[in-house]
Amino acid sequence: MLIETGIPTAEDLQSVTPPAGRLARGAVAIAECFQKIPCNPCTRACPRHAIRIEPDINETPQIDYEACTGCGACIARCPGLAIFVVDMTYSDSEALVMLAFEFLPVPEAGQLACGLDREGKELGWFPVVRVVSGGKENKTYTVSLAVPRELAMEVRNIRAGGYQNGKQNG
Amino acid sequence: MIKDTEILVIGAGPAGLAAASAAAFLGASVLICERDDAPGGQLVKQTHKFFGSEKQYAGDRGIYIGRRLTGAVRENPQIELMTNATVLGIYDDGIVTVLHDNRHLKIRPQKTIVATGAAEKFLAFPGNDLPGIYGAGAVQTLMNVAGVRPAERVLMVGAGNIGLIVTYQLLQAGVQVAGVIEAAPKIGGYLVHASKIRRAGVPILTRHTVCEAFGTDQLEGVRICRLDDQGQKIPGSEETVACDTLCLAVGLTPLTELCWQAGCEMAWIRELSGHVPIVDENLETSVPGLYAAGDVSGIEEASSAMVEGRLAGLAAAGSLGYRPEQAKEEILAARAELAELRSGPTGGKIMAGLARMREAGKTKGGVFVC
Repeated sequence: MLIETGIPTAEDLQSVTPPAGRLARGAVAIAECFQKIPCNPCTRACPRHAIRIEPDINETPQIDYEACTGCGACIARCPGLAIFVVDMTYSDSEALVMLAFEFLPVPEAGQLACGLDREGKELGWFPVVRVVSGGKENKTYTVSLAVPRELAMEVRNIRAGGYQNGKQNG
Repeated sequence: MIKDTEILVIGAGPAGLAAASAAAFLGASVLICERDDAPGGQLVKQTHKFFGSEKQYAGDRGIYIGRRLTGAVRENPQIELMTNATVLGIYDDGIVTVLHDNRHLKIRPQKTIVATGAAEKFLAFPGNDLPGIYGAGAVQTLMNVAGVRPAERVLMVGAGNIGLIVTYQLLQAGVQVAGVIEAAPKIGGYLVHASKIRRAGVPILTRHTVCEAFGTDQLEGVRICRLDDQGQKIPGSEETVACDTLCLAVGLTPLTELCWQAGCEMAWIRELSGHVPIVDENLETSVPGLYAAGDVSGIEEASSAMVEGRLAGLAAAGSLGYRPEQAKEEILAARAELAELRSGPTGGKIMAGLARMREAGKTKGGVFVC
């Protein structure tokens, strides 16, 4: 149970996963935000108003997957670091996972980072495709990682440091 | 010499700073007394992004919210900010005494807003006086204010928001965290905070408590054990965790000494985490002209502390006759904001606590009905 361990269950995840058809069409945001807490910065972060928290601030976010372009503007804005973007169409065998990162050192594009799952278990070394700073006050980085497609719904963090200067295989 | 002021705000944390700005906005002159050497209260070490709505600067890091609130106070010619100023007593003749830079000052305010915040609770267990056992607030101050790495390997006690957030910040500072243990069967803090540290590899063990801490000259390890459904220790479930620091995040309690001393009607309300002054809907206590805002009137989030401060500041200035129409309007807006923040499941506890506080006010006060 999420409330005992901090790890969302398969059922929890099912409830926030976009439909397969939408995932197959490209990048889309996934909000792993399961608890009703008073919080809504994600709704203002989205340039396309695709994230709604209604009728009141305590609701969990609902993403309009048709309106969402997977731009990732919401990722660094979420105080809970709970929003991810997954692009299943990144390459023939890989998906792109965009995640929030707030540790030093920050990886550079082209390096390999150790991908972690929702329990912090290592899933392998994956190429960092892009790193975007959230800005001077926001300070959250958005790291895009190319992972084997079957791990797109598993990789949710990277280990800070130890990055390898490997070749991108994407 | 007695220093006169229209409104005295005690404490320059989120509630106090917001109270001062709101009162000055209506036209009142305000003096803030802060016992620390810098304003901001706990915001100065909150490096994480805040929750709430944009009205409470949600999405911004606490440290920048503190700077913004402090900047607004410093820029306002209506507000005087006095640091290193500890309020000692509030007296019947309206005089408030303050220790400021080793001098004893006397202040005569027309209205006073107590925004003294909270203190950390401690936990009783054998070995709890060993060096290396800290409150989470101290660890946060060492890391985020003094820039000192406080430990090599920490065990965190308490999975409320403070325990979860300080764990995350320890990881950011490069400190190992062996785990977070929590006596309750459920994680008390926001689950997004829990998931964040969980995916960084830190286990969260609910139904666990500290049996004892051990070490020769300083902490070397902690024995923990599991708790059953009744909260009793399960024999044979003990485990040893090696760590040089044990960090306690087992809750806060309102800092109400000044409210007691001023003679406010008080009530013990579990949901508000201790004894709190009974306040009316403008946050005025049973002592006329004395208001209480923020954690001193019940432990809650910084976002609601800011709104409470604003509400008390508006009510105090409004009662002095400053822009009464505007005051009324802004007071209603602040109350609506508080209601919104407290309307969800996480606000349920606060709402229940406030209801009990009002009930206590009716029984105790007689004439004083809130």
